[in-house]
Amino acid sequence: MAKILKMVAQRLALGFLTLFVVSLIIFLGVELLPGDLAEAILGQAATPETVAAFRREVGLDLPPHTRYLDWLGGMLQGDFGRSLANQREISGLIGVRFANTLFLAATAAVIAVPLAVSLGVLAALYRNTLFDRAINVVTLTAISFPEFFVGYILILFLAVQANIFPSISNVSADLGFWEHVYRVMLPALTLTLVVVAHMMRMTRAAIINLLASPYIEMAMLKGISRSRIIIHHALPNALAPIINVIVINLAYLVVGVVVVEVVFAYPGLGQYFVDSVIKRDFPVVQACCLIFAATYILLNLTADVLSILSNPRLMHPK
Amino acid sequence: MRNSDAGKGDVLLEMRGLRIEGQSEDQWNEIVHGVDVTLRRGEVLGLIGESGAGKSTIGIASMGFARPGCRITGGTILFDGMDLRAASDEQLRKLRGSRIAYVAQSAAAAFNPAHKLIDQYTEAPVQHGVKPKAEAEREAMELYRRLRLPDPESIGFRYPHQVSGGQLQRAMTAMAMACHPDLIIFDEPTTALDVTTQIEVLAAIKDVVEEFNTAAIYITHDLAVVAQMADRIMVLRYGDLIEEGNARGMLADPKETYTRQLLAVRSYRKEEAPPDESPVPLLEVRNVTASYGGQVIVLDDVSVKVGRGRTVAVVGESGSGKSTLARVITGLLPPSEGSVLFNGEELPASYKNRNRDQLRHAQMIYQMPDTALNPRQRIRDVIGRPLGFYLGLKGAEREKRTRELLQMIEMDPDEFIDRLPGELSGGQKQRICIARALAAEPELIICDEVTSALDQLVAEEILKLLQRLQDELGVTYLFITHDLATVRAISDEVVVMLEGKVVEQGGKADIFTPPHDPYTDLLLSSVPEMDPDWLDDLLADRAARKARGEKVMESADQ
Repeated sequence: MAKILKMVAQRLALGFLTLFVVSLIIFLGVELLPGDLAEAILGQAATPETVAAFRREVGLDLPPHTRYLDWLGGMLQGDFGRSLANQREISGLIGVRFANTLFLAATAAVIAVPLAVSLGVLAALYRNTLFDRAINVVTLTAISFPEFFVGYILILFLAVQANIFPSISNVSADLGFWEHVYRVMLPALTLTLVVVAHMMRMTRAAIINLLASPYIEMAMLKGISRSRIIIHHALPNALAPIINVIVINLAYLVVGVVVVEVVFAYPGLGQYFVDSVIKRDFPVVQACCLIFAATYILLNLTADVLSILSNPRLMHPK
Repeated sequence: MRNSDAGKGDVLLEMRGLRIEGQSEDQWNEIVHGVDVTLRRGEVLGLIGESGAGKSTIGIASMGFARPGCRITGGTILFDGMDLRAASDEQLRKLRGSRIAYVAQSAAAAFNPAHKLIDQYTEAPVQHGVKPKAEAEREAMELYRRLRLPDPESIGFRYPHQVSGGQLQRAMTAMAMACHPDLIIFDEPTTALDVTTQIEVLAAIKDVVEEFNTAAIYITHDLAVVAQMADRIMVLRYGDLIEEGNARGMLADPKETYTRQLLAVRSYRKEEAPPDESPVPLLEVRNVTASYGGQVIVLDDVSVKVGRGRTVAVVGESGSGKSTLARVITGLLPPSEGSVLFNGEELPASYKNRNRDQLRHAQMIYQMPDTALNPRQRIRDVIGRPLGFYLGLKGAEREKRTRELLQMIEMDPDEFIDRLPGELSGGQKQRICIARALAAEPELIICDEVTSALDQLVAEEILKLLQRLQDELGVTYLFITHDLATVRAISDEVVVMLEGKVVEQGGKADIFTPPHDPYTDLLLSSVPEMDPDWLDDLLADRAARKARGEKVMESADQ
């Protein structure tokens, strides 16, 4: 156990290092963008005097490295700075939206992960049958369409024609839990369709990959039933690759939802991110990027730890 | 004694005209051509042959099972009156594990790494509804004790990777016994083990098979092993039955040439090379200590001298450090202490600092010719490359020398020079590896288990070839092996290693004549002999010596 904790600590430290590098890249990237921020924000009112005043006010007159260190220092203390668009605290603005995004991602994950793993196991169990092929065709078709298209198709059938779910995922903080779930159902289903194929195919491939192992042959010669061989003998040994793919997809559910949130007008972080880019509200853009990066790093760390927990060699050393 | 059919029960298994096909590149070829097998209750049948004989395929066919890429195409399989070829998948499934069990070659691979040993033991009885889990667990511990596994109460609660190879093999034998089957198929159960460990496993298997009066099919390529185990032996070759008979009878008086060849396979002896008269040995390893990553010491103060034109065999079991010694000599692993001298001159520790001539003079041949040859290079390039690199040969000269080398290893240049390694047999590939080593015109060739992956008859051909080359070219061999028969066949001098140390070294005659170092004694006495009573006698002898209070060294892998 001490070994695992040590490894987690090491990965965590590495994660912070990565995050630091990412913050540098984000800052430099924004710095290199053409055009002048003050002019863009002030628009028609941009006279040389107002521009200069604005620059002084938000600190743009300082040299880049001072601004970077200020920004980084603030980040470390949980101070994300202020939005240029409305001068409000970014942490407050982002907090609600990030919670919404996580809620949507969690809803999608709760549907998609068990579905994908079960379908993968079933496809491995009945491989090369009509059932296997049908699952493959359906999931691959779903992943091949762009997300917005899948979203609109779902709106057409489930919102407009059948009128089961609302086509706009309009949520606010005072909604009850189930009402919230109900309203995000369509974007969650869209995301499910987008991520299931990848996870399901990995599950199937990881299991089938093991079916030629001597211990699977041993299980067959012990007269164990097919379904038990797949679930009890193959699946536990296939967990590491499956976990990794699941986690990559979970990260995608958090950071890749921009298009889906826009389609369903869902007030999440992705939607806000796009708005802020349009408004050139760079402190917000930077903060969002950093949150996305942190999500990726944290989830990958989780995958590493779970892979270790699934491996008896590491869990029970000699 | 189980060497006569008298007292055995009625027929348990009867296979008639068994035909099996195997698939290679979309084509089905027959690999077993109508073999008949009859087995009575409580009888042990040995199936013996080289790779490709179909012995393993026939063995598992008795469970109504064909591996992926194989199919049973003809004949009948009757098990206790039930026609397995006509049985449904569900009927077969119920039979497997409960009435017919299987013990695989590599227990390390055949145990599921994700589950504890005892859970894998109880799986078959519980799934077949033979007995509840608690009862199966109690029986497991009882069997573990019977098979002399350490800590029988707790060893089952370990994962496979936490248990040594010899113990795993016994745990798998226990697992096969879980439902008290009528028949067990042992598929080369000791082939992957060290000789000293093999004894324990053989004794354990023999013991439980007799105890439960279980019938068994014992598959192996080693006639001396099968002599200890079987009542009756069937010799197979290329999917045909060559000879069948009572074990003692066949060993005493083999009828067929092939059987005789198999029996004689360990009798090859070279003539001893003349001693090296020069004051400086060709190779001297002086007080070498080496470790991987500075943690575990693999070589501990090892000193070895190799005289010019001699063959020095380094013998030891897995983990003895014998291959690491080769890595130190070739400079792949710089030692932490000590030095390697070649012709009295100290070699730089790392191969990176050795010049081309120093590299050229010591060449290696490896255990697995499959992985030692680049599958995309034609033979011309495999042999031609060292000719160009070390000797600077080009064009027609290089081609001419390549052809000479092929002739030296008894392969027709016109036929083989344009082939890829994939188009050669295992023995041919090893010959190419020999030619590649010779191409550099080395003074020393390090042979690392070069015959271990080959069938016995092929291995003997390779040994004879190596000997002829030594006689003709005067090349010196450092011969690393775990197999004492090989040592006996080819060495002039022997170095016995154990746990990174040299326990004994000297001339072959000295090492093989008592008195020995206790470990050498253990190693030598553990090599199976063709005598069917050898195992029983050996165990009795060891027990007697122990009873007299003498110290008897035992395998590390108990």
